[in-house]
Amino acid sequence: MDPSLDALAARVATGEKRAVARALDLAEDRRAAGRARLAALLAALARAGGHDAHRVGITGPPGAGKSTLVAALARVLRARGSTVGVLAVDPSSVRSGGALLGDRARMGFDPGDDGLFVRSAATGGEAGGLNFAAHALVAVLAAAYDVVLVETTGVGQTETDVERIVDTVALVVQPGSGDTLQFLKAGVMEIPDVLVVNKADEVALAARAEADLRSALGSLRGAGVAAHEVAVLLTSARDRTGIEEVADALTAHRVALGAEGLAARRREGTVASTVALLLRRHGERGLERLGGLAEVRARAADEARRGLSDVAIAVDLGAPLEG
Amino acid sequence: MSKRERPWIMRTYAGHSTAEKSNALFRTNLGKGQTGLSVAFDLPTQTGYDPDHPLARGEVGKVGVPVSHLGDMRALFDALPLEKMNTSMTINATAPWLLALYVAVAEERGVDPAALAGTTQNDLVKEYLSRGTYIFPPAQSLRLTADLIVYTVKHIPRWNPINICSYHLQEAGATPAQELAYALVTAIAVLDAVRARGLTQAELGEVVGRLSFFVNAGIRFVDELCKMRAFVSLWDRITRERYGVEDAEQRRFRYGVQVNSLGLTEQQPENNILRIVLEMLSVTLSRRARARAVQLPAWNEALGLPRPWDQQWSLRAQQILAYETDLLEHEDLFDGSVVVEARVRALEEEAWREIETVLTRGGAIAAVENGYIKQQLVTANAVRLGAIERGEQTVVGLNAYRESEPSPLTRDLDGAILVVDPGVERERVEALAAWRAARDEGAAQAALAALRAALVAGENVMPPSIAAARAGVTTGEWAGVLRALFGEYRAPTGVAGVRATGDAAQPAVRERLRAELERLTAQLGRRPKLLVGKPGLDGHSNGAEQIAIKARDVGFEVVYEGIRVTPAQLVTSALEEGVHLVGLSILSGSHLQIVPEIVAALRAAGVAAPVIVGGIIPPADADVLRAHGVARVYTPKDFALDTIMADLVALVAARADAAGAEA
Repeated sequence: MDPSLDALAARVATGEKRAVARALDLAEDRRAAGRARLAALLAALARAGGHDAHRVGITGPPGAGKSTLVAALARVLRARGSTVGVLAVDPSSVRSGGALLGDRARMGFDPGDDGLFVRSAATGGEAGGLNFAAHALVAVLAAAYDVVLVETTGVGQTETDVERIVDTVALVVQPGSGDTLQFLKAGVMEIPDVLVVNKADEVALAARAEADLRSALGSLRGAGVAAHEVAVLLTSARDRTGIEEVADALTAHRVALGAEGLAARRREGTVASTVALLLRRHGERGLERLGGLAEVRARAADEARRGLSDVAIAVDLGAPLEG
Repeated sequence: MSKRERPWIMRTYAGHSTAEKSNALFRTNLGKGQTGLSVAFDLPTQTGYDPDHPLARGEVGKVGVPVSHLGDMRALFDALPLEKMNTSMTINATAPWLLALYVAVAEERGVDPAALAGTTQNDLVKEYLSRGTYIFPPAQSLRLTADLIVYTVKHIPRWNPINICSYHLQEAGATPAQELAYALVTAIAVLDAVRARGLTQAELGEVVGRLSFFVNAGIRFVDELCKMRAFVSLWDRITRERYGVEDAEQRRFRYGVQVNSLGLTEQQPENNILRIVLEMLSVTLSRRARARAVQLPAWNEALGLPRPWDQQWSLRAQQILAYETDLLEHEDLFDGSVVVEARVRALEEEAWREIETVLTRGGAIAAVENGYIKQQLVTANAVRLGAIERGEQTVVGLNAYRESEPSPLTRDLDGAILVVDPGVERERVEALAAWRAARDEGAAQAALAALRAALVAGENVMPPSIAAARAGVTTGEWAGVLRALFGEYRAPTGVAGVRATGDAAQPAVRERLRAELERLTAQLGRRPKLLVGKPGLDGHSNGAEQIAIKARDVGFEVVYEGIRVTPAQLVTSALEEGVHLVGLSILSGSHLQIVPEIVAALRAAGVAAPVIVGGIIPPADADVLRAHGVARVYTPKDFALDTIMADLVALVAARADAAGAEA
């Protein structure tokens, strides 16, 4: 146990920005020694007993208005007295590995607000639209704030990735976005927990999009897919309407999950993240040498039940493969 | 030989420090034979802040004159006969307000507003795309633009209510065809909005007849000459086909020019006067596409603020061309030129395709909001800079013929530019307080309430603004009412969508930089992260954008903040993002006030990342900045982005090595 990490974790738990920033730096550290230290930090954060944020993913195709919605949601949540951490993920350049990260200034937040923290991260070339460290980044923010909003870009399958690091997934579409609807119907895309039709200031289009989504969900239900609880909401980030309702729907989803449901979902997310981390470091053959995917998942699930983080489990399970 | 044509209006873009000092400058310029006034306002006035606002810090009186209320406007035009002046005001977001002040001063002096002649720039599209002094969202900006146009057409018929600017598009990197296309789609957006106000066809014709353009002329002066001729024919076509204007005189393409500042070099700056003269030719040689007003930059603008002597030199260049040469005695020199006509036609066709592209995407406003035009411009600029860096585009003194005898003109460099007295800001803040104390507070508040009520009711902004001007309202108060009602806008930065230009200046250099960044990433455990921000009110973001894109292309993770960020925002971003390096870009001359404050605030917040600064920064100021802990200072002479990138990588590496040695 590293006492300096316990001290850092204690400061993170109070939401001290410098400490949160430092912990996020550690979460992004890719070096082997860095992974071990991160595993220790995540354990220290669990011990420190800070916040246990509601983790929310905001996803959807480019241009749907995710950033504006995240900014508007953060404002509503702050007005309700919740502290908020935002993780905004943008793609990296395939050629250089560099990235241009979202124009955070556009969110127009008050820089003097101690209850709001925004961090940008790049996918770093990972498939699936998430930073490889996303799970750990969210864990750090979740220890410091009441709500964590994760903004990620992508369409199609990549939505499943954000699902493994959050409690509630909101999918944002804009009126006239037929692709998303097709993905949903075809079952290519996981069904989100909350569906938001943004830019509802285009009234006629929005109404049609809403009707299409409801009918798609209806046919999925008819086919026996569990889509009962999906809320469909209209917002206009421009006119600032419908945001309160989205905030309510997100909370309602977490309440409906219940303590058991939430714990199960997080364990499942930890298992999926662990597998992704192991694959990243050791590849398919590494996974085979550990007994194959099913075996690894089972062992990861056991360790997740003991409250270990994905990083710690991956370090632990992968130890025999390290030279 | 035909009758000698009347020369164009000769102006010098001027104004600084205070209304009184600027008034003296105007009188001197008019005494030198200048025939019109071109007023430069400072950035707080342009962005609707009073001198005592925190964002105005370091900016008061810097790039133009501060006009905060009726008293300042009176002083600015003291003893100048308004009914005889032709006054051009470079003012956009706050254009209705500055015109209201001008009208109020005229009325006080018994001058009928109908006798006033001049121009308000009033073009917000190019502000979102390049110049950056917008305040409100596009829809509300367009409403104010249309309000001013509709008002002047009825009440100040000799006023040019809008001056649509392709100038700043070229400064942002536009090719000639892009400059044509984006200026014309802007005009279409404005005319569509005005037509929707229910004007008669006759009134619409009047508006078209008063609409003018503000154009740029670059060093490729034959192409630029052809561009001006293409403007004339395309505008004729649009006003006839789209707006049904029958009167050929109303359809005439009327334009003023400021020739290119972008191509002026900091190296061997005396050469710039020759560039300026050549560029002037492209807008004056064609009789059928000749500028109505010309203002020339000064030879030393890449070094700092020009002095009166520098501006006089540029004015003399115009006078020699207009009065000494035989240019104005001839009919159009290029009618019947096969070469010119073919090039004009090619530009027309290319521009028309782009006009149609924008119109099918919903027009200029939609293409601003979704970032389409901005992205096209940022890409074109990256291509242009790459060509200079690779030496494919020759710039004498910069990437060719660099050896030079010592220049007597720049021997005393710090004396070769104008320095605004830093005491001006305090003086203006005190003067503002005195103004507020002396006015009838009840009347001022009532006028602000009436302004708000009129806007809510959808009425024209001009009448209540003129009333507010008379009641002693200040620029910040006027803009404050509109800010509260309309909200503030942040335009898309356009950088994220720009693909790597691929053809690096030196592929070997780029690969070496990428390899070094990979090594650093392994050493640091995460990829080096750079914060690029533009503090202050200056909105010229081209430099910051190109640095952001280049840094991404060599492998940095880049957080680009866009324009007009406060020191507090920058510090918060640097802290929360865990950056390894902070880059600041400032072109308004406020660096000495703003940069030390930011460096101190960063260190106080525990951010140890090195700070680099780019801008128009004289050597003596660069020394001051370095003394305040700035790691590197870059100026326009540092055109080789690869060299800057190598510096940035080395800065991060030095810190990483130092940290490694400690551990």
